[in-house]
Amino acid sequence: MGSVNETNVTGFESIVKRVGNLPQELHGLHDVLLANLAMIAEIPAPTFGEAARAAFVQERFVELGYSDCSIDEVGNVVGVLPGSENGAADRNILLVAHTDTPVAATVDHTVVVQPERVIGPSVAENSLGLAVVAALPAVLERLGLTMQSTVFGLACSRGLGRGNLEGVRFFLDHAKLPLQFGLCVEGVQLGRLSYTSIGMIRGEIACEVPEEYDWSRFGAGGAISTLNDIISRMLQIPTPDRPRTAIVLGRIDGGTSASTIATRAALQFEVRSESGATVRQLLQDISEIIEEVSSQTGADIGLHIFARRRPGGIAFTHPLVRRTRRVMQSLSLTPRLSPSTSELSAFIDHRVPAVTVGLTSGESLGRRNEAVRIAPIYTGLAQLLGIVLAMDGGYCE
Amino acid sequence: MSWLASNTFHHSQFDIGELERRKRESGVSISLCIPTLNEDRTIGKEIVVLKSELMDRYRLLDEIAVIDSGSEDSTREVARAFGADVYSAAEILPECGDHRGKGENLWKAIYRLAGDIIVYVDGDIRNIHPRFVYGLLGPLLNRPEVSYVKAFYDRPLAESGRLRPSGGGRVTEILIRPLFSLFFPELSAMIQPLSGEYAVRREVLEQIPFPVGYGVETSHLIDVYHRWGMSAFAQTDLDRRIHTNQSTDALGRMAFGILQTFLQRIDSLEIIRDLPELNVTLNQFMVDQGRYDELAHEIRVLERPPMIEIPAYREKRSTDTSNP
Repeated sequence: MGSVNETNVTGFESIVKRVGNLPQELHGLHDVLLANLAMIAEIPAPTFGEAARAAFVQERFVELGYSDCSIDEVGNVVGVLPGSENGAADRNILLVAHTDTPVAATVDHTVVVQPERVIGPSVAENSLGLAVVAALPAVLERLGLTMQSTVFGLACSRGLGRGNLEGVRFFLDHAKLPLQFGLCVEGVQLGRLSYTSIGMIRGEIACEVPEEYDWSRFGAGGAISTLNDIISRMLQIPTPDRPRTAIVLGRIDGGTSASTIATRAALQFEVRSESGATVRQLLQDISEIIEEVSSQTGADIGLHIFARRRPGGIAFTHPLVRRTRRVMQSLSLTPRLSPSTSELSAFIDHRVPAVTVGLTSGESLGRRNEAVRIAPIYTGLAQLLGIVLAMDGGYCE
Repeated sequence: MSWLASNTFHHSQFDIGELERRKRESGVSISLCIPTLNEDRTIGKEIVVLKSELMDRYRLLDEIAVIDSGSEDSTREVARAFGADVYSAAEILPECGDHRGKGENLWKAIYRLAGDIIVYVDGDIRNIHPRFVYGLLGPLLNRPEVSYVKAFYDRPLAESGRLRPSGGGRVTEILIRPLFSLFFPELSAMIQPLSGEYAVRREVLEQIPFPVGYGVETSHLIDVYHRWGMSAFAQTDLDRRIHTNQSTDALGRMAFGILQTFLQRIDSLEIIRDLPELNVTLNQFMVDQGRYDELAHEIRVLERPPMIEIPAYREKRSTDTSNP
């Protein structure tokens, strides 16, 4: 009889062996996965407007085998897969996919299903993740797999942009049971592995000039010109290579027509860094730029920070990361390590070991013809099952 | 209670599991027919969703078949890839010839498909959901006297305490409902008589003729009403249906074909007498740089006889019945 560790490794390797055969077995489940994906993706769910999609997901949770399905006060849908009676009743695993999308409700959400791919707004971000979390009980049943642990499926609301992970944070703040592990499920890209979060602030700089503005002064180009001045100065802020740091200019809005001097312009941006202190320093720099430009132009410039993340996470050598990498390698996936600013950050804040993985490859991300490839989904789902089985078997502690 | 009150349903009144139980107890078989012509953008999703929920998860459907009119896109390949049985309308009953039109596909489906009930669902629905099928099957499985269930896509009753108008599309409200109100007032209670989704018992389908192109829905309603009465009908609200809107010109051609069918029916039923021979050319006009161009469309309504009159069908059914 070997040592405890050797026994552990042997048991885990039997999971790895099983996982290698899963993609083939999962082919028979494409109907339920694609049906879930198509029906979920066609329901608009902009952040703070996810109620219709959440109601449908709750129906799917019930239909596909979760018990005790409910929607909480911030719009999270939660379902429970109780562990086997003889199992580790005190081990709880949380699978998470966000319900909201960056797509406006007015956009045509029609989904096209082709033999090779599924096309439509938000199919990758994150309707596919949601479809897979919803299908999990049916998948386990079809494969004859039972879990000793209790598995929670969470379709969380208000994850993106100004949502600032409100849904998953609410759940973690109020969960009565201790959670041992979290698994964040994203539609794309297959092979990604996140186990750390970077420090981040996400905000908006809004410039407004009064209608009766004195155009002979600085900033005579109006709000857009003023905002341009701020952007130019932001780009001159030095960012260190170590810790890795970036200022992302994400979105700009302003003006009404080519012939009208803009009275309002806004920039949405993120500051990301592996160091929380660097994030704070850059925010200070940006605030000072705004103060200076405002005093020079007389424009009313507001800075509103609507999302924050703290850097953190688990180590590369943590058993959860180690087992996840092994599962991915058994499926011929080369893990692409990258920090995350999504739901993983909330787990890190609550000191729950968690990872984020992707399910398939996709293209035209963020556009109306966003697409996910069907064939790799089976590998992505096998990977997910392997990680859950490893968590369930106690191999990640 | 009026027919409208007793025979109008909402899909939410039906539970798939309960319908599956009723189907099993009654021993009926159910086929889904999707008539197609160049629908590769929507057909994949339609088959995936309906097969997943109504064949795999619940055994409500026994077969899903696409009857194609000769698509030039990848409709047939996509449908086959997702597990539908795919047939070319031209290859079904070849001895009867081949006509182009949705009615032809629906008629040939009666021969090709095996179900005691056939559900017809168009292939161009962009927001497909299982309710499009089980909502139509509910009245048939719950009420033996109902034989023909028609879809509609709006809520006809009070919502939020306020009444609002409810009805069909432009051709329905401008042509069909006025005609029904004049000649068949009871049929005017059909909220969307031209909707392309319906479920029908075989013993009714095989006994009614099928116009090949425009007019198949109108003729069905008149024929079933004439032979079996209003109690044979039900209608189900399926909520919203998204599909491609047709141009006014296209609706004009549709209305012309439907009107021919309608007039032929009231003539054969001797509701009006001595109907003159009808012109079959519809003139439409286009303006091009101040010049008016006349476009003449010849629209003839061909009609297939009741399937029960086709010897090959009777032979097939007797063979099927003796070899279940």
